[in-house]
Amino acid sequence: MKYLCLVYYDEKKMQQLSQQEWDSLNQECIACVDGLTEAGHFLDGAPLLSTETATTLRVRDNKPLVTDGPFAETKEQLAGFYMLEARDMNEAMRLAEKIPPARYGCVEIRPVRELMPEGNSR
Amino acid sequence: MSPTPLEQHISDIYYRESRRVLATLIRLLQGNFELAEDALQDAFTAALSQWQRDGVPDNPRAWLVSTGRFKAIDRLRKHSRQDAHLAELADSLESATQPGPEEDDAAIEDDRLRLIFTCCHPSLAQEARVALTLREVCGLTTEAIAAAFLVPTPTLAQRIVRAKNKIRDAGIPYEVPAQEALPQRLEAVLAVVYLAFNEGYSASSGTQLVQQELTAEAIRLGRLLLELLPDSEVCGLLALMLLHDARRHGRIDASGDLVPLDEQDRTRWDRAQIREGCDLVVQALRGGPPGGYTIQAAIAAVHAEAATPAGTDWAEIVGLYDLLLQLHPTPVVELNRAAALAMRDGPEVGLEVMDKLMKNKDLVGYHRLHAARADLFRRLDQTRQATHCYQQALALVQQEPERRFLQRRLAALEN
Repeated sequence: MKYLCLVYYDEKKMQQLSQQEWDSLNQECIACVDGLTEAGHFLDGAPLLSTETATTLRVRDNKPLVTDGPFAETKEQLAGFYMLEARDMNEAMRLAEKIPPARYGCVEIRPVRELMPEGNSR
Repeated sequence: MSPTPLEQHISDIYYRESRRVLATLIRLLQGNFELAEDALQDAFTAALSQWQRDGVPDNPRAWLVSTGRFKAIDRLRKHSRQDAHLAELADSLESATQPGPEEDDAAIEDDRLRLIFTCCHPSLAQEARVALTLREVCGLTTEAIAAAFLVPTPTLAQRIVRAKNKIRDAGIPYEVPAQEALPQRLEAVLAVVYLAFNEGYSASSGTQLVQQELTAEAIRLGRLLLELLPDSEVCGLLALMLLHDARRHGRIDASGDLVPLDEQDRTRWDRAQIREGCDLVVQALRGGPPGGYTIQAAIAAVHAEAATPAGTDWAEIVGLYDLLLQLHPTPVVELNRAAALAMRDGPEVGLEVMDKLMKNKDLVGYHRLHAARADLFRRLDQTRQATHCYQQALALVQQEPERRFLQRRLAALEN
């Protein structure tokens, strides 16, 4: 199965890290991706710029509604994602545990569904 | 009409074996809960007619597993015209290794653990874990679980269906967790068992009959876990439940009111059960540094072993609370420790600690803190303060039996 691991943390807290601390966390993330790639689990992933750069788009009555900022005012913001291949939820959990920012915020694990011509699951 | 001897025999086998058979069927049917439940019912229906004709097989469990598996494949074939996925599943089930009498006991016991760990998976909501465990592992009916938790049956049924869907859709595997994840996952299982027990024990909801069924099931589950996974905290939790439950006849009086520990008729406590609980505490303590359940069980054992309230070894209890506080530094544990301290060193000492706890935001809205202070003022004959504290506790208390108890205490002061 494919699992999307969404990485959330409180941006304000991360901004308080020193440049050196921030860089070393990023180096850890590079190593984490290398490890996952080597083991054949890493399909895709990317870190994101801060939510200040976000735009949220909704379509209502066929009209796009665009607002600045992230989709919701929450304490923690989406910071990046890992698309992983894992046998099941338990393996996905084991892999997600090793994503470094899980220590600062959280990682939401979501099974990926397949888009099909019909009979799509909800 | 009374059941025939065969019907009675099958009903006994159902009681003894149905959860084992279900746990194995779920594995053989590749984690498909709904299909396994239907297959279980089909297998027992088939047993009723076939055993009448051919006699009861030597190994009814293996017969039921194998029949259930065939019935499941039949079901899938019947519906496979509408849904190609079902045909695929049927093919894969048929080509999988044939189970049979060779399904040995060890494999079947592993299936029971798989079922427990899957029902208590941390990806499921806590309330769904409890409901699913009571339904699938213990075999309680949806109606009985709904009654125990005071929710409408359709709501509880929905909760169970959603949990099963999530197991399927999120790929929650039917397995006993790997060694490194086991301690944490076991903690989640024990929490579910203890939650079920407390729901039955605290008498906060439901009728008395339903409550007793729930505590009995939780204890049964504890025994099963200990048998399957001899861990010291499992042992501690079982001891804790047995020791609390042993006091059930002294804990509630004829009019259904709560009787505090020091006023309970100790001759009504279940001595055999207390002995079993105490033995388990000793066994749990031998298993290394004690966990939270073991320490709580040890405290319950000290209470249970005291012939009279005055004979309680309060020094030992305070020491155990100190240990518990190191593991779980929560305000509620601090409050319990303060109450024990008051018994060891006098009400003034207890009040001094509780005054500090009054500054804790989590505790100041907790009725038990006010009730505990009221009790100490009462012991010191400081009626005015005691009255004030009982009134504060009454303003906060939610559970009806506790409210009645506090009102009785308050009325006694005013006389």
